[in-house]
Amino acid sequence: MQNDSLFKTLPRVTDGTVRIFIDDTPYQVPRSLNVAAALLANGSPACRTTVVSGAKRAPFCMMGVCFDCLVEIDGVPNRQGCMTTVQDGMRVRRMQGARSIA
Amino acid sequence: MQKNFNTSDYDVAVVGGGLVGMAIAFGLAKRGQKVIVCDGEDNALRAARGNFGLVWVQGKGTKCLHYARWSLHSADAWQGFSDDLESRTGVSVGFQRPGGFNLALQPDELATKAATMQGLFEAEPRLKYQVLDRSALAERLPAIGADVAGAIYSPNDGHVNPLYTLRALFAAYEQAGGEYAPNAGVSNISSQGGAFRLTVGDNTLHAARVVLAAGLGNRTLAPMVGLSAPVKPLRGQIMVTERVRPFLAYPTIYVRQTLEGSVMVGDSAEDVGFNDNVTPDVLADIARRAIAPFPILKNVRLVRAWGALRVMTPDGLPIYEESTTHPGAFLATCHSGVTLAAAHCETIVPWILGADRPTLLDPFYAKRFAV
Repeated sequence: MQNDSLFKTLPRVTDGTVRIFIDDTPYQVPRSLNVAAALLANGSPACRTTVVSGAKRAPFCMMGVCFDCLVEIDGVPNRQGCMTTVQDGMRVRRMQGARSIA
Repeated sequence: MQKNFNTSDYDVAVVGGGLVGMAIAFGLAKRGQKVIVCDGEDNALRAARGNFGLVWVQGKGTKCLHYARWSLHSADAWQGFSDDLESRTGVSVGFQRPGGFNLALQPDELATKAATMQGLFEAEPRLKYQVLDRSALAERLPAIGADVAGAIYSPNDGHVNPLYTLRALFAAYEQAGGEYAPNAGVSNISSQGGAFRLTVGDNTLHAARVVLAAGLGNRTLAPMVGLSAPVKPLRGQIMVTERVRPFLAYPTIYVRQTLEGSVMVGDSAEDVGFNDNVTPDVLADIARRAIAPFPILKNVRLVRAWGALRVMTPDGLPIYEESTTHPGAFLATCHSGVTLAAAHCETIVPWILGADRPTLLDPFYAKRFAV
């Protein structure tokens, strides 16, 4: 898939791709990726805005520490994208500010 | 590393750099005193790093009306205290006083709480309150669950970010010229020619007055200057959630939402000695107690839990006392360092500097524990 990401998927043994949705747009991504890597590989890296100042945030540490890659995954907000492997049919949403609990 | 002090002579040495010590130290420094704060180690037991953040009055003082009045006095002074800190440091401590709720799940629980509040109100009419049934409560707290009988509301209560408060106190204190010594545990205090001599590691410093605000450490320090601080630890466990959109505009005793959106949930009261760990059973109980009144919290993620040790006297009330055998040595200890911070800064400090002892403090001598 054509995109303007600075990130490229390394050539590696692959066991195929899965289809995920990022804000309702479908993408075919390598089955081995985590959600944060899939976001970085597919266009605009900002995955959320912060709760207090509204600043944009993108995946950063890629190892579960920085919590900057929080996204909504299959309806559950504030999940760590870098700690979640993609699955076929997964629905990922970028988050604007704080989650709602109402 | 032992710090070398800027000088060896101070007007006042404050022992302890928690909320009690820093509120007093800031109050002294802004009134022109030359102050040193001798603080403990980084890993000392620090109640001031574990607070829930309530500025709370309702329900306090059932056994000692002056404690209710003292808490109210401080809550009334908190806005000015907060404004002063913010204008000096630029740090907003997030103080809000919309009034607070004490929720009751059962009707008989609500009746008991209402009777307590009525007793306090009859003794002191400034201790105002309302009893709200579930439907009246739901108008103020739309997130309230079905299984709540009602609540007590009092306009006297509020909340604040306790960590920003501590940070602002440090900044304001240093801006006012105060000196802070970390890792400076005091091993001995003696009086010498009308002044006090404090031993800190290999160093010695002198101060005309000394204020003991070392929390649980006061127990061993107080007898060095003829005072008594029979304090013991009482553990509280607290949890904090991810940030969520505003759903709770008022603090309650167990659940409050911060300005940034986190939900704080607490707390326990456990007699477990000097152990500030968390335990799954207590945390589960706290979570259940929060979800019962606010079912929408059920799927909210917890991001952190911690334990901290309250500094408790046998009757739970503070001690404020000047030594009769060592005049100029003062003791201040309480378990409500947040609520009482404003009073410590604005009312305790003038007394330390020579004003008459406020009559509100009449019950708070340690002699009440002598048998």
